[in-house]
Amino acid sequence: MNDGAVVAAHDVLIVGGGLAGLRAAIAVAETDPTLDVAVVSKVYPMRSHSVSAEGGAAGVAAADDSLEEHIYDTISGSDWLGDQDAIEAFVHEAPRELLRLEHWGCPWSRQPDGHIAVRAFGGMKKKRTWYAADKTGFHMLHALFQTTLKFREVTRYDEWFVTRLLVDDGRVHGLVAVDLHTGRIQAITAKSVVLANGGCGKVFPFTTNANINTGDGMALAFRAGAPLKDMEFVQYHPTGLPFSGILITEATRAEGGWLLNKDGYRYLQDYDLGKPTPTPELRSMELGPRDRISQAFVHEEEMGRTLDTPYGAVVHLDLRHLGAELIDARLPFVRELCLKYERIDPVTDLIPVRPVVHYMMGGVHTDVNGAAGLEGLYAAGETACVSINGANRLGSNSLPECLVFGARAGRAAAEHASGATAAPHVVAAQAADEARRIEHDLLDRVPWEEDVSTIRTEMQATMEESAGIYRTGEEMTKGADRLRELQERAKRIGVRDTSRTFNTELVGALELANLLDVAECMLASGMQREESRGAHQRTDFPSRDDEKFLVHQLVTRDSDGTPRVEQLPVTITRWPPGERIYGR
Amino acid sequence: MADADEIADKITDEITDEITMRVARYRPDKDRDPGWQEYTVPQREEWTVLDGLNHVKNEVDTTLAYRWSCRMGICGSCGMNVDGEPKLTCATFLSDYAPGPVTVEPLANFPVIRDLVVDISDFMEKLPRVSPWIIRDEEQSVDDGEYLQTPEELDAYKQFSMCINCMLCYAACPVYGLEPEFIGPAAIALAERYDLDSRDHGARQRLDVLIEEEGVYGCTFVGECTRVCPKHVDPAAAIQRYKLKAAQESVKMFLLPRALRR
Repeated sequence: MNDGAVVAAHDVLIVGGGLAGLRAAIAVAETDPTLDVAVVSKVYPMRSHSVSAEGGAAGVAAADDSLEEHIYDTISGSDWLGDQDAIEAFVHEAPRELLRLEHWGCPWSRQPDGHIAVRAFGGMKKKRTWYAADKTGFHMLHALFQTTLKFREVTRYDEWFVTRLLVDDGRVHGLVAVDLHTGRIQAITAKSVVLANGGCGKVFPFTTNANINTGDGMALAFRAGAPLKDMEFVQYHPTGLPFSGILITEATRAEGGWLLNKDGYRYLQDYDLGKPTPTPELRSMELGPRDRISQAFVHEEEMGRTLDTPYGAVVHLDLRHLGAELIDARLPFVRELCLKYERIDPVTDLIPVRPVVHYMMGGVHTDVNGAAGLEGLYAAGETACVSINGANRLGSNSLPECLVFGARAGRAAAEHASGATAAPHVVAAQAADEARRIEHDLLDRVPWEEDVSTIRTEMQATMEESAGIYRTGEEMTKGADRLRELQERAKRIGVRDTSRTFNTELVGALELANLLDVAECMLASGMQREESRGAHQRTDFPSRDDEKFLVHQLVTRDSDGTPRVEQLPVTITRWPPGERIYGR
Repeated sequence: MADADEIADKITDEITDEITMRVARYRPDKDRDPGWQEYTVPQREEWTVLDGLNHVKNEVDTTLAYRWSCRMGICGSCGMNVDGEPKLTCATFLSDYAPGPVTVEPLANFPVIRDLVVDISDFMEKLPRVSPWIIRDEEQSVDDGEYLQTPEELDAYKQFSMCINCMLCYAACPVYGLEPEFIGPAAIALAERYDLDSRDHGARQRLDVLIEEEGVYGCTFVGECTRVCPKHVDPAAAIQRYKLKAAQESVKMFLLPRALRR
């Protein structure tokens, strides 16, 4: 088979095999069993980053809870930037999706009578977070993947790296991918394509994200002409382990953990998040929203009330008063991670933690059915921005988001595929072009003037300096200039590895191109938003400005490759913008 | 936030020790036979074997190929043989192999695709054969709520649900090494995970698959699978339980008329 050849045709192609992608695949199969659906992923599905989610998945279940309250918590958590029609749909459908996963075998933690157990989570006024101890994502992903095996009609392309979408006349017709085992560059056509390939934490040096989270779906859509949305909103999780950046779940605080500064003081009480109580109070103190808690850390650091380590300043997460029994029952993975990677035992020791890049609120702009800006293109999960998360996502909303909008995107993609015609001949030429590009620009380039890891490291340092928890216009402008230089240098990257078999250096180069595009979009969007809202805090514009900026920002690619930013109204249904109140 | 360069400087200052990693290399389209390459890397208290490989990849030799992703022992990608033992390299520390050298090879018992990357497609094909999904006599609508399951019922199968498919047990299994038809420890543990789930009624269906020659009977109870499992799944216990079920089944087959066997 020649490079660039069209090797297969499917009705629906799903890129990504995590929670959103697999849920979409099943939705396609259930919507129309005659459709031919395939999942293309750069890793085996069970390696997808959904596997690392720890704390839980929100869905109204308890008798004292209501859909209205989950909606309000999510809207206020989003700093009013979430679209309220999307949030309403999400909250209504989340419990049913979580129940489906229960029927598919997810080992949810239970109450003594056998009903689903729920726990507290940050920014949530009621206990509504379903959990499987503290390996919730792992159990959800494996249950879903194993259930997918039952659907024999779902084809898989495991370890295929997608490099380009095939687009003609505003319509998506498939994709080009490198089969990593053989190194062949091949095209697969489809009537609908669903992007479900996760987030982009690797834009930053210090992140909870896995090595694979390189913004591939966002970059594919952006380069194909589809807009990205709200790219300035990057979530810092308040509690990551220093050095490794490994996530210590918010469930530690939901179960009663405290955040202490170097004086042993529960410092969140100084940041308008409520008063300390011995047992956790909902929407208060350690159960505040992630943006506010991470911001409080920066102030503590500036006032010299954090502790220094070789890997940056830290505060302490104190679980000691919870006792071994509770920790082993509800937080066994946290104990395992601390013992293994910090050589401390949270039963007896304080856990050093610092804010760490965790989640991308922005992503591929979609409507409530996952439809992205090109006909036949859909997106769901962290890759997408519907937006239910607005300026700040609440913990435990992202897992059900993958299910609800994965299913919606799958159904919409199936319906579109039923009515669409086969790919036009012109895509074969595009595929051949793409194969030539990869061979000529990357594989056969000599001499190797630049390499992947140097530019990646410089990009990550640039982003940490210019797009951290607090930002300024000046820093972002400087960062954007630097990224332009790095983009130019990246064009001179050569792949030293001359073997076509499992060429991870080539993958690294392709991922870096994606990261650089995503990073540029973040800064372009961030410079335009001259206000502070949720996770986007500007010291030069410290207040929220609803008059000018109660809007989404769409980033599209200009003809010269640079990002262009436009505004889009936020959908407000029943909840007019108000103050975010926690702990009072 | 501390300046990135500052952190880098501090880290460099603290590097005192080094360790040699002896790494297996093989490119099927270039090399006739597998070979070895030695790399000297910093040996820091926090560094895992994977950190050592990443140092090589980023600073020394960009052509080295291996899989990794989560670096926190949950995605199951980075299994390799370290000093001859199957290990998750992200959960195995270089300092445990001081003064070195430490050898890093692809997981045993699998075909090698390239360097440290093995071909696990055999396992991926075996997985669906044990029907690793909930099988019900009667489906209940989601509208009628959850299938009830008490914490005790959850505990009955929980251990077998912890498998991350890292393949260490296949690399350690002498039976799988000799008899690739053997369905293997992780697949059998997963079958047992669903059999023991109070929501499931598919035990009979799975037994029919596992009762075959290459199902559970291949195992000679070496127990290496359980010893190397990084998640304490204990596949050997699952296999033992299946052998018992299979033995009971054959007694039934012998003694009972067909109509009474189920």
